[in-house]
Amino acid sequence: MTSITYGGNTYPLDKHQSVLDCLVGHGAPVPFSCRSGVCQTCLMRAVRGVPPEDSQRGLKDSLKLQNYFLACVCHPTDDLEAALPQEVVCSLPATVTALEPLNGEIMHVSLECHAPLEYRAGQFINLFRDPTLGRSYSLASVPGHDEHLHLHVRRLPQGRVSGWIHEELRAGQTVEIRGPSGDCFYVPGRPEQEMVLIGTGSGLAPLYGILRDALRRGHSGPIRLFHGSRNRAGLYLTGELRELARNHSNFEYVPCVSGEEPAPGLEGGRAHEIAFREIGDFKDKRLFLCGHPEMVSAAKKRAFLAGAAMKDIYADPFNVNAAP
Amino acid sequence: MTEKKLADWWNESHASLYEKLGGEAAVNAAVDIFYRKVLADPRINRFFEGVDMEKQAAKQKAFLTMAFGGPHNYTGMDMRRGHAHLVKQGLNDSHFDAVMEHLGATMKELNVPDELIAQAAAIAESTRNDVLGR
Ligand SMILES: Cc1cc2nc3c(=O)[nH]c(=O)nc-3n(C[C@H](O)[C@H](O)[C@H](O)COP(=O)(O)OP(=O)(O)OC[C@H]3O[C@@H](n4cnc5c(N)ncnc54)[C@H](O)[C@@H]3O)c2cc1C
Ligand code: FES
Repeated sequence: MTSITYGGNTYPLDKHQSVLDCLVGHGAPVPFSCRSGVCQTCLMRAVRGVPPEDSQRGLKDSLKLQNYFLACVCHPTDDLEAALPQEVVCSLPATVTALEPLNGEIMHVSLECHAPLEYRAGQFINLFRDPTLGRSYSLASVPGHDEHLHLHVRRLPQGRVSGWIHEELRAGQTVEIRGPSGDCFYVPGRPEQEMVLIGTGSGLAPLYGILRDALRRGHSGPIRLFHGSRNRAGLYLTGELRELARNHSNFEYVPCVSGEEPAPGLEGGRAHEIAFREIGDFKDKRLFLCGHPEMVSAAKKRAFLAGAAMKDIYADPFNVNAAP
Repeated sequence: MTEKKLADWWNESHASLYEKLGGEAAVNAAVDIFYRKVLADPRINRFFEGVDMEKQAAKQKAFLTMAFGGPHNYTGMDMRRGHAHLVKQGLNDSHFDAVMEHLGATMKELNVPDELIAQAAAIAESTRNDVLGR
């Protein structure tokens, strides 16, 4: 008989019973709403075993790859150990190996995990200043290529974690991180599909990871990266990106400044507006949006109206938590 | 009639609209087209301002599943509760009509036969009073 393990308990699964019915029947606190595989409220992740394909219908590819499934339509034939999405992330120590400013306000942070961390470029980790104070930072590094984890941290005025990273954190120090999470990453398959990457400020971090991941995995379709900042001083990694563009004929780098006259080689205007001006039709294109939450939300809507399929839009708004 | 044929006949004549349309695959094909029409319509898109697009798309999918006669757990009460804040903002028959129009146009675009479009429209229409809180 198939069994489901959840929260340290193992339950036998009756024939024809869904994982959701089984767990809820035993009083496990799993949320649900439609019970028919539509609303995605009952999203869970298999931490052991593989969920049947049927239970992943309608999920983004990046979630499928991480063994997420809908419990209400999940009828596994093999044993599964399941967890709710927020319970999956584990916590581990990491030592700072380098801190280098990328420009006046963004710091490159390199971390060496004490245990191997399985992640995808573009996902994010939570970095803790103390056990109750942590913030999300996206991974700019590519597993298997970059030895350490790379973050790009923008310093915010009075930012409790970003300020601490910029001013007090030192190489050699050990911090606690949790993760990875997030589904904004490159999914292999359809290598000929066009990709459009739009980011503002440190929103370049996940895009830099995603871009290099895609190139390394042999993505052959055109890839365009629009990175925006108010002024030239806010751009960074421009040399590296221009070099990548020189070495990969399918990659185009478009740095944009919105608050000053563009110098040669730069576009004038906001990154997403320039992208929409240059690309009228988003049908069949894969889109990645990272950084300023308002930019992400506006661009998401516009791209969808311009023909992008919802499942082809990957986004990470860098919501800044202004709560104490 | 042979046994096989009898079974086919039974299945065909008793298949739900949802199955006839192609089940979940039909809903998946329809949801982006439908939601794009809704968001682009100046008569109704103010009701969608500022909401999370992904969550909203999941709701559009649930709506289409229901309209196609598929498995759903909507009750009249859920419909009322779910739309009460929009009724306060002035949601009325003209907006409901606009949504119905997009439902029909979406199915037309997907080459659904007229009689099945009419069936789906009838199911969606049956929620009008609940949606509008009457
Ligand atoms: C998925 C995700 C990925 C992210 N990735 C990155 C990344 O790669 N790089 C990056 O730089 N950032 C990233 N962020 C943002 C990051 O997580 C932090 O939100 C950011 O660094 C600010 O944290 P902080 O502790 O420094 O600032 P906080 O102390 O949280 O303060 C944030 C801002 O709010 C103001 N503020 C604080 N308290 C109040 C108050 N009570 N009232 C009004 N204003 C207040 C502060 O002045 C400051 O400007 C990401 C966020 C998310 C959600
Ligand atoms: S409860 Fe809605 S998808 Fe499972």
